[in-house]
Amino acid sequence: MAQNKIDTELYLWEVFVQDKFGEPFTHCGSVHASDSEMALQNARDAYSRRNEAKTIWIVKSSEIISTTPSDEGPFFEPSNDKIYRHPQFYTIPKSVKDKLF
Amino acid sequence: MFEKKIEENLFQLLVQIADDKLILGHRLSEWCGHAPILEEDIALANIALDNIGQANSLYQIAVKLENKNRSEDELAFFRDEREFRNIQIVELPKGDFAFTIVRQFLYDNFSFLLFQKFCDSNFIELSDVSKKIVKEISYNLRHSKEWILRLGIGTEESKFNTQKAIDKIWEFTNEMFEFGNVENFLIEKNIIPNLDTIKTDWELSVKKIFDNTNLQIPNISYFASGGRNGFHTEYLGYLLAEMQIVARSNPNVKW
Amino acid sequence: MINEELELQKFEQKIANGEKIEPKDWMPEKYRKQLIRMIAQHAHSEIVGMLPEGNWITRAPSLRRKMVLLAKVQDEGGHGLYLYSAAETLGADRKDLIEALLNGKMKYSNIFNYPTLSWADIGIIGWLVDGAAIVNQTMLAKCSYGPYSRAMIRICKEENFHKRQGYENVSVLAQGNAKQKQMVQDALNRWWWQTLMMFGPHDENSTNTVDLMRWKIKLETNDSLRQRFINLTIPQAYAIGLTIPDNDLKYNEKTQNWEIGKINFDELYNVINGNGPCNRIRIAERKKSYEEGNWVRIAAENYALKNKNNYGTK
Repeated sequence: MAQNKIDTELYLWEVFVQDKFGEPFTHCGSVHASDSEMALQNARDAYSRRNEAKTIWIVKSSEIISTTPSDEGPFFEPSNDKIYRHPQFYTIPKSVKDKLF
Repeated sequence: MFEKKIEENLFQLLVQIADDKLILGHRLSEWCGHAPILEEDIALANIALDNIGQANSLYQIAVKLENKNRSEDELAFFRDEREFRNIQIVELPKGDFAFTIVRQFLYDNFSFLLFQKFCDSNFIELSDVSKKIVKEISYNLRHSKEWILRLGIGTEESKFNTQKAIDKIWEFTNEMFEFGNVENFLIEKNIIPNLDTIKTDWELSVKKIFDNTNLQIPNISYFASGGRNGFHTEYLGYLLAEMQIVARSNPNVKW
Repeated sequence: MINEELELQKFEQKIANGEKIEPKDWMPEKYRKQLIRMIAQHAHSEIVGMLPEGNWITRAPSLRRKMVLLAKVQDEGGHGLYLYSAAETLGADRKDLIEALLNGKMKYSNIFNYPTLSWADIGIIGWLVDGAAIVNQTMLAKCSYGPYSRAMIRICKEENFHKRQGYENVSVLAQGNAKQKQMVQDALNRWWWQTLMMFGPHDENSTNTVDLMRWKIKLETNDSLRQRFINLTIPQAYAIGLTIPDNDLKYNEKTQNWEIGKINFDELYNVINGNGPCNRIRIAERKKSYEEGNWVRIAAENYALKNKNNYGTK
């Protein structure tokens, strides 16, 4: 049987959707498209068939830069002991806390 | 609300446009599962859905106006070829992707201009539904326009296929600017727009995109005509036979 | 080697804790391969599955049914897209996956190798085939691989309408005239056993299950999912006066399970091996669409290369 070769499936784009104005954008998947305009259109048809989006961002998948699992320790763990960044670190007199805070 | 004569003409008009949308939606739905790329499968299905949905809304207004207890499904499934009032361009077989895109581009442009004007119609039901429809068409037009650019500029082959499609379709474009016998009467009453102005705008926007892509408008002297009066190509009969087979083989039941 | 073992331990611990594995996390090669195989097979099923139902869009007997069916088949395209998207996070390329489908190296759900022969088939597929898919997918939504699980959550939400429209369609026919009733019973007779086989072979013959379950790619066995589906579906069939085509069917009061007759798995293996009624037709149709679409995709890619503003560089 002859092999079926596909010439191209175009480029891969990541899709981020904002479901309400003012909300953050959430990654929801990817689409294939030749260019940014078609990627936007395809993202709209694929990820907002039920009115799920107010705004869509697309970005070429190859342009996404991510930390790697081996970064996990050095990148994120040091912030674990910076407990003074959290409000719970601080004590407020009870009389003030109940009424004024 | 309107006098009888207006209502009758208005009914005719609504059925004409709804028939366009239904038949075009049918042709588009034939792509489902067969598009050049998965994303386009989804896009074409979406446009087909828009068109069939628009047909449905327009039939609903029409049957209300007619007031004879006919349903929108009776209009769609129980009329014969000679009773269908769509223009011929929408009934031509779907062809290759270039053919489908060229037809969409030409029809979307027309439909967009028409429904923009319908938003100002004196007939409230029509202007209300048009405000929703015009948004859908605006998106459909963006889709077909962007594809014309890609096909027109992409490769020699895609340009050739697109030009071939334009050459085949062009004789069917003039019919868009005919409304059978209903027009003059309804134009006078500000219910529908004057189609001459739409034609001028249509020519401008089509030409602009074709110029950008070096696609040529063919110089021809024959133009098809008659769809609005039930005169069709031979393709419509086969389309209706397929579309109506289930409904007609078991009439008067719920589905 | 020691490092590898340590990573594996951490990986398995993570799964045991109910945490999700994400694309860039360390994972055993076998986990990656099994997932790609499973997700791609699932994606292929969605896009091949568009064909038997798509057949009836142009013949749907009312405008409402036409729109519903078109929206449903479109959703299936969307679901295929989400799933390919999940497979691509594992480093697979959609082009390779689709090539593998067209060359017969990868499978899709067997159920789509049967023809849709009447309008009632559309209702039955929505009710049974999508119903079975939902049972399976609800489990997969809890699987250990993040992108697959998230795609499944989205798909399950959307599929609920598929099943409901199917059941509505079936119940209208079941309450219709004699011809409609006969049409829907005939469709049920043709699809019932095929749907039960969608869950795969019995547990004792399912070679992959042990590994898949240890890594929570799968959380339940074929037989337990099948039983859940049967228990859900049989009362729904009875409620609208349909007959399940199984003379041995009986309710077991003690286990509260419906017990079915013997499934003819020879047929399943026969169809898996390429000898179902539609195997060749389905793949030929997909191939044709891809071949005919070649020039369109090349044109779009070329346009992007010519038009740098559109950011079309590889």
